[in-house]
Amino acid sequence: MIELIPPGLILLCAALWIAVVPNHWHRLGLFIGPILTLMAIWSVPDGVSLTAPFLDYELQLIEASPERRLFATIFAIMAGVGALYAFKHARRLELACGFAYASGAIGVSFSGDLITLFLFWELMALFSTLVVWFGGTPGARAAGIRYAIVHLLGGVILKVGIEGVVVHTGSIDIQALQAYNFDTYMMLAGILINAAAPPVSAWLSDAYPEASPSGSLFLSAFTTKTAVLALILLFPGTPLLVYLGVFMIMYGIIWALLENNVRRILAFSIVNQVGFMVVAVGIGTPMALNGATAHAFAHIIYKALLFMSAGVVIYHTGKEKCNELGGLYRTMPLTAFCGIVGALAISSFPLTSGFTTKTMISEAAAMQNLVWVWYVLAAASAGVFLHAGIKFPWYVFFQKDSGLRPKDAPWNMAAAMLIFVGLCFGIGIYPEPFYQLLPYPTEFSAYKPGKVVFYLQLLLFSGLAFFLLLPLMKRTNTLTLDTDWFWRRLGAKVSEQATQLISKGYGKASNSVSAGISAALKPILPSSEPSKDSVPAWSIGTTALWISTLLSAYVLIYYW
Amino acid sequence: MTQDKEISVRKAWITFLVLLALTLLVEFAIKAKTPFESSQWRGFGAVFGFLACAAMVLTAKLLGYVLKRPESYYEDSND
Repeated sequence: MIELIPPGLILLCAALWIAVVPNHWHRLGLFIGPILTLMAIWSVPDGVSLTAPFLDYELQLIEASPERRLFATIFAIMAGVGALYAFKHARRLELACGFAYASGAIGVSFSGDLITLFLFWELMALFSTLVVWFGGTPGARAAGIRYAIVHLLGGVILKVGIEGVVVHTGSIDIQALQAYNFDTYMMLAGILINAAAPPVSAWLSDAYPEASPSGSLFLSAFTTKTAVLALILLFPGTPLLVYLGVFMIMYGIIWALLENNVRRILAFSIVNQVGFMVVAVGIGTPMALNGATAHAFAHIIYKALLFMSAGVVIYHTGKEKCNELGGLYRTMPLTAFCGIVGALAISSFPLTSGFTTKTMISEAAAMQNLVWVWYVLAAASAGVFLHAGIKFPWYVFFQKDSGLRPKDAPWNMAAAMLIFVGLCFGIGIYPEPFYQLLPYPTEFSAYKPGKVVFYLQLLLFSGLAFFLLLPLMKRTNTLTLDTDWFWRRLGAKVSEQATQLISKGYGKASNSVSAGISAALKPILPSSEPSKDSVPAWSIGTTALWISTLLSAYVLIYYW
Repeated sequence: MTQDKEISVRKAWITFLVLLALTLLVEFAIKAKTPFESSQWRGFGAVFGFLACAAMVLTAKLLGYVLKRPESYYEDSND
């Protein structure tokens, strides 16, 4: 029976429950919601299991396959563990929005057609914007507006593409496409905007760090990874994705190296990690798609772990700049430990989930004889260790003694972090059961002695490079320009100038028009110079009332 | 206190350097493997990792001269 209920809908109901039920009873939704959702996800059989008519189309509300199920599973786990982490600190409505956002991601995972996919896509855009706004600061409000504009625009682009494909092929099915004409390129562009691909990656590092620490945690998981799933389903083996992914990988590293804000460093490293997945989708072989799926799953866990660890620090110190933190391992050893595990996993250190998933992508590149891609991925692995693996724990927990002595994580945050630490090591040490769940049968074995030695050399010597080059990485109170300069600075200036120009022109024009009218009316009207004071000023309310009356009258007459 | 700190920093460095040496020495027992012939020489991982990181740090440093702005950069103009 439960397989007939869309899993996303269960989580959406839980979100509604959390939003409306008072007196701590809302917490029931926080914990039961994700469990029921997980049960539903795992009882959905492969193939299409629920359809609904819409206009002339048959919507496929639930279509399951191994990769869809894995993405939905990690989204539901993330919602549940995220709720455990956040339920004491976050506001009730913020949690409700986080759950609704997750339900959108799960809805996308199971969408069997483009229309359903689009609806859930927009649900995510809506609720993720609200999650950014729950940051509650003026910065969060402004960043939320920019975030919403990018995503609504991305939605429109995706919609144009979908409509083109539907009109020209007559099919709303989600199936592997080739990007070759306007429709498919628009669809690809719409999806890539959500994947934080260039040239619009800036929305991610702009908005995520402005949310509350729990908000950032939710944001880190869903939008980019649903985009990766959409790419796997719709554009596997598109060569362009290899180049875009490589760019994202390098961009993420360089911008993170320049960054001082801890959460922004982690945000850049999301772009970097999603870059690995995008490269994998571009390679498009079964091994590569397995790698993209496995890496997305593992990435959500260790990235959440990093954001959780950073979140505890921010909740307890109110600071999130590298140059204001340091030495926190003394009083928060558990948070430091969990942060270090997340950092090792993101750096694909042997025995962690990063190693058993990310190296699958490298191997897929090698099997296709993409030599340069393999070398770039290897260099990037070193770079990830540099910018996230060492930089994050080093500046926050070690470095210098900042004099801060915050308490360690409260029990719920500690429990949430430890669950994810367990998963990082679980998938890292004994990956075989996890490999069984991947979409394609695989012969991949992560631990070959020669490979482990290579990665240990690679990573430890990048550690040496980090410590030797520390003087070059002095933290500064600066931001780094990104492509959002075009809309935050250039666009703002242009629109400011244009507004001034138009209002000047309009002022002149309306002056001359009114002068002309009064000149024409002079002979007719006895008092040709009506003083401004004699014109009764209407309040906005009266104006609105008049307009609505006139409109109603118009509608009535029209129908009569 | 400062002396203690210096000693512990030195100890950390020594441990780290020993680990680095071990990853190189272990190659006499287990050879590091990459999928390509061109990178099958001893110590390739170490050299490649170090140089890649040095290149990325230097690129970041150089780009920083061009792209870094004060934190209030956007607030001054419009936000």
